Amino acid sequence: MKGIGKSFPGVRANDDINLTVNHGEIHVLLGENGAGKSTLMNILYGLYNPDEGEILVKGKNVKISNPNVAISLGIGMVHQHFMLVPPFTVAENIVLGSEPQKGLALDMDKAISDVEELSKKYELRVDPRAKVQDISVGMQQRVEILKTLYRGAEILILDEPTAVLTPQEIEELGIILKSLVSQGKSIILITHKLKEVMIMSDKVTIIRRGKVIDTLETSGTSIEELAEKMVGRKVSLTVDKGEAEVGEPILQVKGLKTLDNRGLEAVKGVDFEVRSGEILGIAGVDGNGQSELVQTITGLRKTTAGDISIKGKSITNLSPKDVTSSGVGYIPEDRHKRGLILDFPLSENTILGIHRSKAFKKGFGLDYRKIREYSRKLIKEFDVRTPNERIYAKSLSGGNQQKLIIARELDRDPSLLIASQPTRGLDVGAIEFVHHRLIEQRSKGKAVLLVSLELDEIMALSDRIAVMYDGKIVGIVDAKDATELELGIMMAGGRRPEEH
Amino acid sequence: MENWINDLKSSLKNTMKEILYPLAAIVISFIAGAILVYAFGKSPITAYKALFFGALGDWNKIGETLVTTTTLILTGLSVAFAFRCGLFNIGAEGQFIMGGVAALWAGWALSGLPPILHVTVTLLAGALAGGIWAGIVGWLKAKVGSHEVINSIMMNYIAMNLSNYLIMTVFNEPDKAFSYEIAPTAKLWRFAESFVQFKYSRLHTGIIIALIVALIAYYILNKTIRGYEIRAVGFNPSASEYGGINVNRNIILAMVISGLFSGLAGGIQTAGVQYRVNNLFGFTGYGFDGISVALVGNNHPIGVILSGVLFGALQKGGPMMQIEGIPKEVVGIIQGIIILFVASNFVRVMVQKYKENKEIKAQVAKGEVK
Repeated sequence: MKGIGKSFPGVRANDDINLTVNHGEIHVLLGENGAGKSTLMNILYGLYNPDEGEILVKGKNVKISNPNVAISLGIGMVHQHFMLVPPFTVAENIVLGSEPQKGLALDMDKAISDVEELSKKYELRVDPRAKVQDISVGMQQRVEILKTLYRGAEILILDEPTAVLTPQEIEELGIILKSLVSQGKSIILITHKLKEVMIMSDKVTIIRRGKVIDTLETSGTSIEELAEKMVGRKVSLTVDKGEAEVGEPILQVKGLKTLDNRGLEAVKGVDFEVRSGEILGIAGVDGNGQSELVQTITGLRKTTAGDISIKGKSITNLSPKDVTSSGVGYIPEDRHKRGLILDFPLSENTILGIHRSKAFKKGFGLDYRKIREYSRKLIKEFDVRTPNERIYAKSLSGGNQQKLIIARELDRDPSLLIASQPTRGLDVGAIEFVHHRLIEQRSKGKAVLLVSLELDEIMALSDRIAVMYDGKIVGIVDAKDATELELGIMMAGGRRPEEH
Repeated sequence: MENWINDLKSSLKNTMKEILYPLAAIVISFIAGAILVYAFGKSPITAYKALFFGALGDWNKIGETLVTTTTLILTGLSVAFAFRCGLFNIGAEGQFIMGGVAALWAGWALSGLPPILHVTVTLLAGALAGGIWAGIVGWLKAKVGSHEVINSIMMNYIAMNLSNYLIMTVFNEPDKAFSYEIAPTAKLWRFAESFVQFKYSRLHTGIIIALIVALIAYYILNKTIRGYEIRAVGFNPSASEYGGINVNRNIILAMVISGLFSGLAGGIQTAGVQYRVNNLFGFTGYGFDGISVALVGNNHPIGVILSGVLFGALQKGGPMMQIEGIPKEVVGIIQGIIILFVASNFVRVMVQKYKENKEIKAQVAKGEVK
């Protein structure tokens, strides 16, 4: 790819980007959220048309106007969110879009034998007859990879492939990628996780604010160097926190059970407590009941059994309003859906939840002058970058939106702060801010419940780590003694990882 | 002090911006209408002259235009209010009808009350009936989750047929296809009683009521806790739920308040215009026009007043065009085009596209990278 440029309103997403991927190499595209990696790959896959620049595949200048062209050129993409049909079998999913036919009918036998052959060739073991909804996430990813191979992909693009995997599955993925490369495929890996770059790749290209900063041989670089190039300044990768001064239990959860949206049991009897002055991290692969657990504590979901209490007082099945006033602050995992009203100005967002308080009342109405004053105060204290408090929440960047939510929740001085994936989609600066605030709560003697899919985050911040699998807490370990291997095994349900 | 002035400035600026797009859509629609008239072989100038004089040519015509405007402002407010809570109240028509019938009953059965009290009670009865009618829909949405659009359409039919049944039986003026008349004490005061200029128009105090209600609606929505909650639910029910807002209660309340406005419109129609209720062969259209009025008024109470005037004028000016030999259907077509342009956000989208292209080109030209 030569001199690629692409603009969106107000941003130059790609600016004169040059990227060369050699035959048989694993090339990582490293950059923060919003750096322009996905834009670049979407251009290569034909989802966007570049404003400038040219793309050469095997030395030939090509114009990739849509994904079909990309596929015919041997370019395949595995998206971060899998594009599979859950009730279909593995084989059906793999042949989808280029089904072998016998007359007018689908030749299922051929599809199955094709898939078996393919999976043998690339050592990607899958059961062609299993339904996608019944197999593990790691297995689903293999199906996605096979799908691209079935369509004759020579160049595979993987977008954040490790986001949904346990550490063991990540390791397996590394082996799979190596074997693909040894058979002559080329792989482009999009990620922002530095450790994986070091383990998996041959070369790495760092992108920052739409520009290529550098391309390096992985063997000749270090995590520290990559981090600095990615962010543009020196970053400390470790979180500095003193010893925990643990006090009384603040949150106690006993035998908690609840259902998910489909009416299936999502939390199957969970016991734990969070004490003042500590951060309890809940680790686990996405979809093991963490979201439902948090929603139950915050009053957004009803329990079917068990008890939740704050400082010894039961808050089981109270309304969100009553839970909040019992001293619980909540940073929701989906800030657009739960955290903010995007079409409200910042000022009205800062009073959400306390809008009934006497402080903002004037006669029959709300005292908008006071509301604006209050929000200006929060904006200043929490360094929310905004021209003023009258603009709509939707026009803030993700990091600033999160700052606004944190400001709102922390200003109520909660004794328990629940942070659900608080750094998802944020850049390094904002992540540092969030971590700093969580640690600050802990030093103030508050209890913090941190739920995150990023194991590194959990390990860096938590004092104790609870691992959730299949709606249960598999175990709670002291963060000081926890190893990634041990946690990884627990995240997979305590079983030994599959042999390979 | 400076702050206050800045606030006012920015809110004025915002208002101007919000008005600008519908206004542009209206201008474009009139141009399209002119082309249409020209295609019929008539002069657009004659047509629009007739439209203008038909609607606003003298005091009586202005009066008649305002009579229609009164109703449209109220049904428009009704639709707009529900919309702010994320609800599409397509049942303004049914609530209007029920309001008319309830006012008829109060205007007749409660005769003997002192004049001002009687007319007040009559209008309140109308509003209340509309509120209940809409409240049923809101309650169903909150409790069972059934969609308000379907239910309110059905409630429209129930209202029309129930009204017709009552008109032809209990409230019937013998041998007539309409009801008896309400008591004189239940009638709204007409401008014609004191102002000769309005001698031949039915202009009544309802217009003042409608304007006051618009201000009340604005106040509720933008200045009160209830309004804050209703708008929060309208924009994002999930975040509202976490914010301790009872989503279901607000849905019901927003529907009830919305229904009050439509019901009041029906009550005013009975107490100010017709003094009785006709046996309906089809919907009056006032409720449905309320949807257009709300849409063009950007669901903002002040915008609703302005678009209510526009639609009132269009409807009253149409017949005059007919006299000039131009089919009055042209007015319907212009109305349709206005709504089409406003609903599709045509002008806004075109302006934005233009701006974006210009911005990108400027950035590329300057070699500026953000």
